[in-house]
Amino acid sequence: MSVLIYAENASGKFKKSIFEAVTYARAIADQNNTNLVAISIGDVDAAELSALGKYGAEKVLNVSSDKLKNFVNQAYASIIAEAAKKQGSDIVVLSNTFSGRGLAPRLGVKLQAGVADGAVALPEQNGGKFTIKKTAFSGKAFAIVELTSANKVIALVPNSYKVVETGGTAQVEDFAAETKDSDFKAMIKEIVRSTDKISLPDAEIVVSAGRGLKGPENWGMVEELAELLGAATACSKPVSDAGWRPHSEHVGQTGIAVSPNLYIAIGISGAIQHLAGISSSKVIVVINKDPEAPFFKVADYGIVGDAFEVVPQLIAAVKEYKASA
Amino acid sequence: MKILVCVSNVPDTTTKITFTDNNTQFNTNGVQFILNPYDEIALSRAIELTDGGKGSVTVINVGEVNTEATIRKALAIGATDAVRINAKPHDAWYVAYQIAEYVKANSFDLILTGRESIDYNGSKVAGMLGELLDLPSVSIIKKLDASDKEATVEREIEGGKEILTIPYPFVAGTAEGVAEPKIPNMRGIMSARTKPLAVIEPVDVKTNSEVLSYETPTPRGQVKLVPADETAKLVELLHTEARVI
Repeated sequence: MSVLIYAENASGKFKKSIFEAVTYARAIADQNNTNLVAISIGDVDAAELSALGKYGAEKVLNVSSDKLKNFVNQAYASIIAEAAKKQGSDIVVLSNTFSGRGLAPRLGVKLQAGVADGAVALPEQNGGKFTIKKTAFSGKAFAIVELTSANKVIALVPNSYKVVETGGTAQVEDFAAETKDSDFKAMIKEIVRSTDKISLPDAEIVVSAGRGLKGPENWGMVEELAELLGAATACSKPVSDAGWRPHSEHVGQTGIAVSPNLYIAIGISGAIQHLAGISSSKVIVVINKDPEAPFFKVADYGIVGDAFEVVPQLIAAVKEYKASA
Repeated sequence: MKILVCVSNVPDTTTKITFTDNNTQFNTNGVQFILNPYDEIALSRAIELTDGGKGSVTVINVGEVNTEATIRKALAIGATDAVRINAKPHDAWYVAYQIAEYVKANSFDLILTGRESIDYNGSKVAGMLGELLDLPSVSIIKKLDASDKEATVEREIEGGKEILTIPYPFVAGTAEGVAEPKIPNMRGIMSARTKPLAVIEPVDVKTNSEVLSYETPTPRGQVKLVPADETAKLVELLHTEARVI
């Protein structure tokens, strides 16, 4: 047996969420006294691949061809499943990214494996029982799920497991995978990446604003604060529903769930649906002029005040802090 | 075009989630159940795509008799007919397997699910259906345009989007942006009562996961309030105490 981790790349580079997933998979391999094998599909250079050893991978299988340069859900799932079978991996780990969410269920079926999506902690393995904690009710709770199948697929939520560097170098091997034509029916026409902005699911700091900002023309200060902090911008549902901001920024029960280190909420009252999407943030700061806003009840730090006065002052204070740091 | 929309019966978004029996059961006492909001988006788009006699929309649900109110809501919104597979939706694999068996006996051009259900948030049924039926699947789409032989979809990726063309049949999980949720009108509500709702028995299949218990997030301590004119103090606290900047 062994553990297989799918190391997803973004334009040829691995992101922090992948280092987290490799570290996490290493810990699972250690629980089972076994090896950790990583698999990469696409165009990633050798140095980047062998660097996965730093996080505990002993070997990296490299699958590279023109056809597989960009993510093709069906074909990637076929390749990862084939690698798992050849390596004798009974546990396959992925990062719970948008693509990871597409792969996990297909792998589950191919490997006849129970799938723990949205995992937030290491599994517990006691007397043949394999249980794992995952998010449920859109962030309002967690479920402890038992995977009863022999094979398991686990998708780890980004920013829920700490990266540890153990310092090794992984051995890189080419892996020739067979794919069938029917795996390539979905064709990518275009990929649009906004390179100047930090993506919301990857962000360690999120600056989010709500209806308290009164209109889309007032988002300049939100963007300025976010840029200063290296943060992603987000918004509440009424804001994206009104078309002030794109749907991709909507955080909450029916939007994106985030778990950043710092979540700053400006002019958001804190409806239960919004709180669901941000409850696993490590530190929450709330700025609202209504001292009775429910958001203060779940915040770590709060400022009761008018966003149009507080935020510019906060921007000045962050600038000052950065200048002195 | 024949479209199948897979729907779930989930607690209303305003529900405060609590548990009973030593945190092993979800407390349904006083909980209002609704059509999963993401499934509502899938259904709304399916109705738009088949509007004006251009096809039919079947909704399918794996659930016990108590889910019929939600199924009738889907019919009121505008689905043509409905199927309920009479079983508890044990896990995603069980649900996907039941639906796949139905699809094998009744072919569809397009199978839609919501991107995830708001109770267990698995986003698994679309991908599992794709694999079980050997069809392409896209897990989270923000846009769906249909032409005769293929559809163009927009898939969300970290920090951007991917635009794909996919020939029918395929499976997709829909998110916000695909359609505005439709609200049933009086005529829809009246006709929903008489639209066909077939109940079929499940096929035998083993589950591969089981929820053993639940936990609620650890409550945070009392909020530390900083005066509005002392933003520098907040920055200092975030740096020295919370250590997040």
